[in-house]
Amino acid sequence: MKLKTLLTTTAFAALMAAPALAQQISVKAGVLNDRSGLYADLSGEGSVIAAKMAVEDFKATEKGIKVEIVSADHQNKPDVGSTIARTWYDQDGVDLILDVPTSSVALAVNQITKEKNKIHINSGAASSDLTGKACSPNTVHWTYDTYALAQGTGGAMVKAGGDSWFFLTADYAFGHALERDASAVVTKNGGKVLGVVRTPFPGTDFSSFLLQAQASKAKVIGLANAGGDTINSIKQAGEFGITAGGQKLAGLLVFLSDVHSLGLATAQGLVLTESFYWDTNDQTRGWSDRFAKANGGKKPTMVQAGVYSGMLHYLKAVEAAKSKDSAVVMAKMKELPTDDPLFGKGSVRADGRKLHDMYLFEVKKPAESKGPWDYYKQVSVLPAEQAFRPLAESECPLVKK
Amino acid sequence: MFELLGIPPQALFGQVLLGLINGSFYAILSLGLAVIFGLLNIINFSHGAQYMMGAFVAWMCLNYLGINYWAALLIAPLIVGATGIAIERLLLKRIAHVDHLYGLLLTFGLALIIQGLFRNSYGSSGLPYQIPAELRGGQNLGFMFLPYYRGWVVVASLVVCLATWFLIEKTKLGAYLRAATENPTLTQAFGINVPLLVTLTYGFGVALAGFAGVLAAPIYSVNPNMGADLIIVVFAVVVIGGMGSILGAIVTGFSLGLIEGLTKVFYPEGSATVIFIIMVLVLLVRPAGLFGRAA
Repeated sequence: MKLKTLLTTTAFAALMAAPALAQQISVKAGVLNDRSGLYADLSGEGSVIAAKMAVEDFKATEKGIKVEIVSADHQNKPDVGSTIARTWYDQDGVDLILDVPTSSVALAVNQITKEKNKIHINSGAASSDLTGKACSPNTVHWTYDTYALAQGTGGAMVKAGGDSWFFLTADYAFGHALERDASAVVTKNGGKVLGVVRTPFPGTDFSSFLLQAQASKAKVIGLANAGGDTINSIKQAGEFGITAGGQKLAGLLVFLSDVHSLGLATAQGLVLTESFYWDTNDQTRGWSDRFAKANGGKKPTMVQAGVYSGMLHYLKAVEAAKSKDSAVVMAKMKELPTDDPLFGKGSVRADGRKLHDMYLFEVKKPAESKGPWDYYKQVSVLPAEQAFRPLAESECPLVKK
Repeated sequence: MFELLGIPPQALFGQVLLGLINGSFYAILSLGLAVIFGLLNIINFSHGAQYMMGAFVAWMCLNYLGINYWAALLIAPLIVGATGIAIERLLLKRIAHVDHLYGLLLTFGLALIIQGLFRNSYGSSGLPYQIPAELRGGQNLGFMFLPYYRGWVVVASLVVCLATWFLIEKTKLGAYLRAATENPTLTQAFGINVPLLVTLTYGFGVALAGFAGVLAAPIYSVNPNMGADLIIVVFAVVVIGGMGSILGAIVTGFSLGLIEGLTKVFYPEGSATVIFIIMVLVLLVRPAGLFGRAA
């Protein structure tokens, strides 16, 4: 008898709860990045952890938003990435795709997201085309881009007297975009580009290209590459006495994980641009400690921080819009100011560009570092309006008059 | 001042030297592969992973045990070779009598497992390993700056290559080995322990990969993908030289390094594919490879 009462009560309660459940919004987010190749440390599992932390910190369940996170490895191949994105959108009910490092993959996912009318919040890719000529009403480019990197490192080097450049460019979409944006900054500031060499991606031996750069007698060798390519180029430039000979290296895109891998002895003195560093203030330190606990002691890169911040803002927009309809949520994301412990206050512009300050850092000498992951000292802050491409110069069809 | 194809001769000499330096890695890696294939008929696809293990063992020796580069140069190949012996005894022995494609698949699977294990433990962006203090710096040759360490790599790999060639072609032990591959049953009848020879040969080939790994550690970042990036090129070198040919592996190793280096000057974008173009051309003209004997 007792059991029967219990069952009836439960069934009744479930029935009562059903309307409440119907109002709940359930969101499925896909973290798509490199989980096995040369960008796995700067994105990979860490980005998934960051996305989960955003859901926790937002207290999504209490606010009636049910979030499920899935992840996959795109292996830095546009075809693999496109297939996963299509399957996610068409079959698995994924509402938004986060992260997506590797510009060639990001541009492909950008296109598919637009076709399927979903949302893409990109943190990992660099190409400024994502909010330029390839811009889409469905994409937000969150953390950094080649324009901002070029402004930061490129501008600083030219001002410091490095007025002739030679580029080592990774031969794919990202390298080309970075080389283009950096060349523009160099020439705009009165410098000259003496030459370019396009290196196969990914590569291991850069000594031959470095010797060509050396022979050009350029004052600065611009490394328009990333990850393992950058690490090997910096190592080998040291080995061949290129830096000792007076030529300067400009690491246009260097992540915290790269510096960790190079070791301070090799990386010291390198000037680089990032939008996030874990040791900036109490909030970033607190968050990064929690992150590191979940990530085997490794501190977050700006890409992982950007996934957190992007996910958080998306959830805020869903809460405000009380809907997960792509157009409505995107409008909210652009309308609401962004504010989070990692990037501070900012906004999302009409072309999908997220705006915040960028920082110019210099890598510490081994003696200055107090321990693992204590790597950067801040050189200067690049205010958001100077760091990112002004709307007036944009080729984005969404903002063209 | 005259110029050769638009490049000043001094720069060209620099690139030639650099090509030879890279070639010495190809030579020593393809030598190990050739030894293993020539004597065991196993296409050892885990060679790249074993090269990576060499670099990692050197890193572990330094960071966990304080053992320096020079000692690691000896210890790491021994440790990696020992894992090779274990693999041969436990796994490869059991498939020695079937088609050698099974050996290829088995070693390929092993390579993926080994790389996965290292990636999970150490991440994918690599670990720092400094050039030993004795070999830091370099010499300005006029046409290029030659780091002492790179010079040492060429010398070390040349010595190891020649010693291996001598061991197999000119000594009694080498004669036993060659006899065992020609006709194992007959060789065993003469009282020679053929299974032991096979195990030791595999161990030796793997140790060569480990040795190359230690040589590479200070130049490239020590990371789990370093072997996977290289192994396909090295296979192409072995195929061009002739599968199993010791001399072929050494000579093509150095010359393809050279050709690749020159491609980097004249058409950088093509430098990743030039070796495969040569492979296709060679296979069309001489299917057994440049130094291979037709089966």
